[in-house]
Amino acid sequence: MDSITTTQPVHSGKAAKAQRKVASAPTRRLMAPAVIFLFVWMIVPLVMTLYYSLQNYNLMMPTMRSFAGILNYDLLFSDPTFWAALGNTLLLVAACLIVTVGLGLALALLFNRTFIGRGAARTLAISPFFIMPVVTGLIWKNMMFHPVYGLISWALRALGLEPVDWLAHHPMMSIVIMISWEWTPFALLILLTGLQSLPEDQIEAVRLDGANKWQEFRHIVLPHLGQVLYVVVMLESIFFLTSFAEIYSTTGGGPGTATTNLPYYIYLGAFFQYDIGSSSAAAIGAVILANIFAIFLIRFVAGNLNAGSQR
Amino acid sequence: MTESRLTNTLLTLLTYAVAIVMFFPILWMFLTAFKTEQTAFDIVPHFLFTPTLDSFKLALAQGNGYWHYAFNSALSAVASTLIGLVLAVPAAYAMAFFPSKRTDFTLVWMVSTKFIPAVGVLIPVFMVYKSLGLLDNIWGLTMLFTAMNLPLIVWMVYSYFKDIPKDIIEAADIDGAGTLQTMVKVVLPLALPGLASTGLLALILAWNESFWSLTMTDHKAATLAVFIASFKSAEGLFWAKMSAASVLTVTPIIILGWFAQRQMVRGLTFGAVK
Repeated sequence: MDSITTTQPVHSGKAAKAQRKVASAPTRRLMAPAVIFLFVWMIVPLVMTLYYSLQNYNLMMPTMRSFAGILNYDLLFSDPTFWAALGNTLLLVAACLIVTVGLGLALALLFNRTFIGRGAARTLAISPFFIMPVVTGLIWKNMMFHPVYGLISWALRALGLEPVDWLAHHPMMSIVIMISWEWTPFALLILLTGLQSLPEDQIEAVRLDGANKWQEFRHIVLPHLGQVLYVVVMLESIFFLTSFAEIYSTTGGGPGTATTNLPYYIYLGAFFQYDIGSSSAAAIGAVILANIFAIFLIRFVAGNLNAGSQR
Repeated sequence: MTESRLTNTLLTLLTYAVAIVMFFPILWMFLTAFKTEQTAFDIVPHFLFTPTLDSFKLALAQGNGYWHYAFNSALSAVASTLIGLVLAVPAAYAMAFFPSKRTDFTLVWMVSTKFIPAVGVLIPVFMVYKSLGLLDNIWGLTMLFTAMNLPLIVWMVYSYFKDIPKDIIEAADIDGAGTLQTMVKVVLPLALPGLASTGLLALILAWNESFWSLTMTDHKAATLAVFIASFKSAEGLFWAKMSAASVLTVTPIIILGWFAQRQMVRGLTFGAVK
């Protein structure tokens, strides 16, 4: 894992000859379509976003377009809504991470036992991950969270408690609940895969040494799961940073700016205030934020790649 | 001994309970879809009722447009998956069987484009699409789905190709088969199960995609995500109809997803967890 050098595979004489001949295969032409496609659809727009972010450009006055320098960024940083959106984004990511990883780990441990109907129970438990985010939003907003007719209100009343208007009084918590419901299965599934590749011989060894369940978990399971947890946390962070449809279909960023995250802030700025310049500046902010997480993940993926090619 | 058996039984019961709680909102949506609007919207929830197909009939009726949106969803998901595979297979083939010094860099670069948040490219894509007349156009949307899934598809196909012994390529080469012939006749059949599960995952992700559908389409090219989102501002009694429309939207994907569980882990973690 530490060494990043890629060792060239050693070939026998005949194979090496074949390798040389085959190496003249048109690799460039084979790779070009995919590379060009990604370049045109991702890199070019990214550069354009950067360019727009340095422009005075509002679609209400499309003719009054000029170079703005860092003015858009200045305006952005002095906009309290932007800071609120940034705060909401980070809060959303942190809260969803805690819930999904905590619950996901607990569920993975439960599902890692052998019992009748395990496959069916696991299939039910991971189903929320396949639900379209817009459906999740509307089902929860109406049939679960509704202050009078929602199931949760009914359950609270049945327990003799006061029903709660979730989306009005606990908007961020409601969003966190919905997103966590969708993503706990993802954490569960990946952590379960990690648990199933545990080093059985080591567990056997500490059991013979008389270790209890907790010690076994602390010293064998947790270190092994460390890597898997790392991947789950990084991937989920990137997905949570870009949450949009759940907010779009329920709170619409409100009440006020209570659930406006960065993607929703950019969407509102571009599509409702027609402010291309400063929305682009905010988009660059979102890209930088995502990159902070992505860099670690990409390094991990690249490390795995090299580990693989040394086999 | 009996104590540990008791713990075991209790843990199993807890697992069942958790599975049911997680699935419950979906179950509730299915139940609501078979209710009348009055039963659906009642202060006391009805667990037992006489099922009716009225809401499905309404959701599927001419003019309500389910089929219009479903067609767009299916077309964009299938087309983006196929285009993605056609672009990814040659690239993955070159990287898996003819690695050069730049291969690792290219592969990691492709994966990293997956981590550019969609809002980071939203504004230019919207502006360019507007000037090219690609807004509310099914092919414009399909291309965005392709771009979104391509890094994942390349990665997965690459990892499946890596499992194929290199000797096969060399043998085919000695037999005088050209690059295209080797790829299509030798490698693709061997990688077919892998290609199928890659396609399945891409299909699921494209079908469920909401961000681009909500921002880039209006009606003509709108997908089921837009159709369902239109219930956001519905008034009066609409829960049963909304549930029926949702059931029609999520059922195919839940079933596909059940089959794709393992491949999902491999694909979505970029091979970091197997």
